[in-house]
Amino acid sequence: MPTFLGLDYPTLWFLVIGACFTGYAILDGFDLGAGAVHLFFNKEESRRIALNAIGPVWDGNEVWLVIGGGALFAGFPKVYAAVFSAFYIPFMIFLVALIFRAISIEFRSKEPMIWWRKFWDVSYCISSIAIALALGLVLGNILQGLPMDKDGNFLENWTYFLNPYAGMVAISTLALFMMHGAIYLVMKTEKRLYTKLTIIVKNTTIFFVISVLLLSFYTLLYKTHLSERIKENTWMFIIPVVMVLAIANIARRTSQQKYRLAFLSSAVVISLLLVIVAVELYPYMVPNSLNPQYGLTVHNASSSAKSLGIMLVFAAIGVPLVAIYTSFVFWTFKGKVKLDEMSY
Amino acid sequence: MDVEILSRIQFAFTISFHYIYPPLSIGLGLCMVIMEGLYLKTGQKIYEDMTRFFTRIFALIFGIGVATGIVMEFEFGTNWATYSKYVGDVFGSALAAEGIFAFALESGFLGVLLFGWNKVSPRVHFFATIMVTLGSMFSAIWIVVANSWQQTPAGFHIVGEGLEARAEIINFWEMVFNPSSLERITHVWIGAFLSGAFLVTSIAAWYIRHGKHLEFSRKAFKIGLSVALICSYVQLFVGHKSAEVVAEYQPAKLAAMEGHFEENSKADMYLFGWVNKQQETTKGVAIPGGLSFLIHYNFTEPVKGLRAFAPEDRPGNPNLVFQTYHLMIACGMAMILLTSLAAWYWRKGVLFDKTWMMKVFVWAVLLPQLANQAGWFAAETGRQPWVVYGLLRTSDALSASVKANQVLFSLVLFSLVYALLLTLFLYLLNKKIVHGPAAHKEEMHSPQLEEMAERFDTR
Repeated sequence: MPTFLGLDYPTLWFLVIGACFTGYAILDGFDLGAGAVHLFFNKEESRRIALNAIGPVWDGNEVWLVIGGGALFAGFPKVYAAVFSAFYIPFMIFLVALIFRAISIEFRSKEPMIWWRKFWDVSYCISSIAIALALGLVLGNILQGLPMDKDGNFLENWTYFLNPYAGMVAISTLALFMMHGAIYLVMKTEKRLYTKLTIIVKNTTIFFVISVLLLSFYTLLYKTHLSERIKENTWMFIIPVVMVLAIANIARRTSQQKYRLAFLSSAVVISLLLVIVAVELYPYMVPNSLNPQYGLTVHNASSSAKSLGIMLVFAAIGVPLVAIYTSFVFWTFKGKVKLDEMSY
Repeated sequence: MDVEILSRIQFAFTISFHYIYPPLSIGLGLCMVIMEGLYLKTGQKIYEDMTRFFTRIFALIFGIGVATGIVMEFEFGTNWATYSKYVGDVFGSALAAEGIFAFALESGFLGVLLFGWNKVSPRVHFFATIMVTLGSMFSAIWIVVANSWQQTPAGFHIVGEGLEARAEIINFWEMVFNPSSLERITHVWIGAFLSGAFLVTSIAAWYIRHGKHLEFSRKAFKIGLSVALICSYVQLFVGHKSAEVVAEYQPAKLAAMEGHFEENSKADMYLFGWVNKQQETTKGVAIPGGLSFLIHYNFTEPVKGLRAFAPEDRPGNPNLVFQTYHLMIACGMAMILLTSLAAWYWRKGVLFDKTWMMKVFVWAVLLPQLANQAGWFAAETGRQPWVVYGLLRTSDALSASVKANQVLFSLVLFSLVYALLLTLFLYLLNKKIVHGPAAHKEEMHSPQLEEMAERFDTR
């Protein structure tokens, strides 16, 4: 197997996919969070401003999900096949929620009727929450491993996914996105809405800290296999330590009203949470809860070195390009939201 | 019903619904590039209004296109897990390329296109319009490459046996430029340009019929008509090239398209007809030896018929292939006739006086839509019973862990959601058209809206 910088291609591609999903969680995470707190605003103008804060960027943010999904399909077809067919029902609901999120943003301000706008507000909020919960549920179940046969076929019914641990991961994901989204919105707003959002930021941060603490204790006590690698390699303790510091920094920066820095910290928290996930799973991508040797690893589930090599070239060319025009778009729409005639 | 048929119905349904929108985005994008280009060149405000108006329509179309497109990417894994494992090494790279090189481009610049009017200079905005259009065209490239690989696989080898068998890439460019890629990409592009151009002429014709925004709609109509006229003729040639590739690489599909059963004899070309699968006959009006001539430029040259293939290797529903293929051609011919006649009236300077012509153009927006859908139905049902031609059967490609009741659940769910989507789409599209090209400016500060906002706040 060829290597690059001392890493074999499947491991590299595992990192690329991890980076895509991290990008998705950071970028669409604030859109979803903004959606989840949407109903806390009760003024028509506030809701429009909140919607237009993500208006020009949410679609580009969702691209990372598409790229991540494509990269998973291409790099680890067996993982893609196993996960997507196993989580059939949750993914179908997730897809419907994605559709509703998109059309709620798109359609809300197209009609002046109050019932129309309220309907889409509710639909926007519920679908954003559902997306966050579904993502967390999938992650929570993968962390515990799935009951699969040796070909990677899931052997249980979908109700299997509704377990306490997955539920806790789902709630924590939602809390994380809500905090992240609230911080984003506070950067983009002013006056009364800004004041209101500063309170929401505080409350969602508390919500997140509580849920992540509970989840950590539960993991350490009952899901011991998920902390083995860090326990065995003491230097790795730096990851959770930096994460705790980043969480503390969110609180510090929000109290100083430096929301840009708070937002950066919460992006760091998201990245580190996913780094911990990757560190604890690797080399597994989907552990098998029945028989560990049938778990899907980066090596037994990957595409050929040839295929991965081609796609690493894609990533090397494509990612900087995407980064350039994503920054261009964010730069174009920097600053506080102002409504104009083309707004939602 | 079993998992296979349900999964096929679901995929066909979701992809057909999705495919209403991307061709419209591509074609409308092209028209908007022309309009905005004319604005930059001439400085006439009417072209700016035109671009802004069609941008609002574009936003609606693009939004639904994206929302329904992600479903497709998931469905390979959810419903066709065995297929995904089989083709991932090859097919996945095309899909990943689509994400990073195309979709990211269009979605990134979409924000600037829709909301950047007052934030960036007209030139930068024009650049964004071009990028969105190019991005959607690149998207089509990679998606059609992936599908063409399923039709005419190349640049790969098979590793493993039985359930473990899967395709592995050996030559990326051979995979990309597989025998049918280029012909099919151009065929799809032109079909998309036609969808967009006919949407422009349809809206413009509606205004002309109602005596509204006349200067605006005449200019827009001419832009749309020019694109449509050129494309409908080019499509005749490109479509023919595509058929030649089918003849060479997928003879069973070609035989089904023309309902040609006899093992090896001269083949007729039907204007219309009916294929009877049981009796292995086709009845209808045909040009004797027409298909032979089309493929070999000789009316008596034999063409392989369906009987040359084992029954289990023939398309399961040849009549469906036949009918959709002929419907596509009929729509294509109708577009050529219609645009040619309109161009002739335009030359004579009487185009906008022909009320019946404007009436026809209002509804002609359905022609390219029908042709696109029918063409894809012919291409995909003609490929059956294979999902990867000659290599993997559709019946072997399913997800082993997914049960029929789960697929039924999702199929019902998608049917309901898409029915809602289509209704909303048509309602809002109609509303935007009725509203017309006037800016929303006045509307934004209208007393009614302010009153609404007040009532909204107090509830």
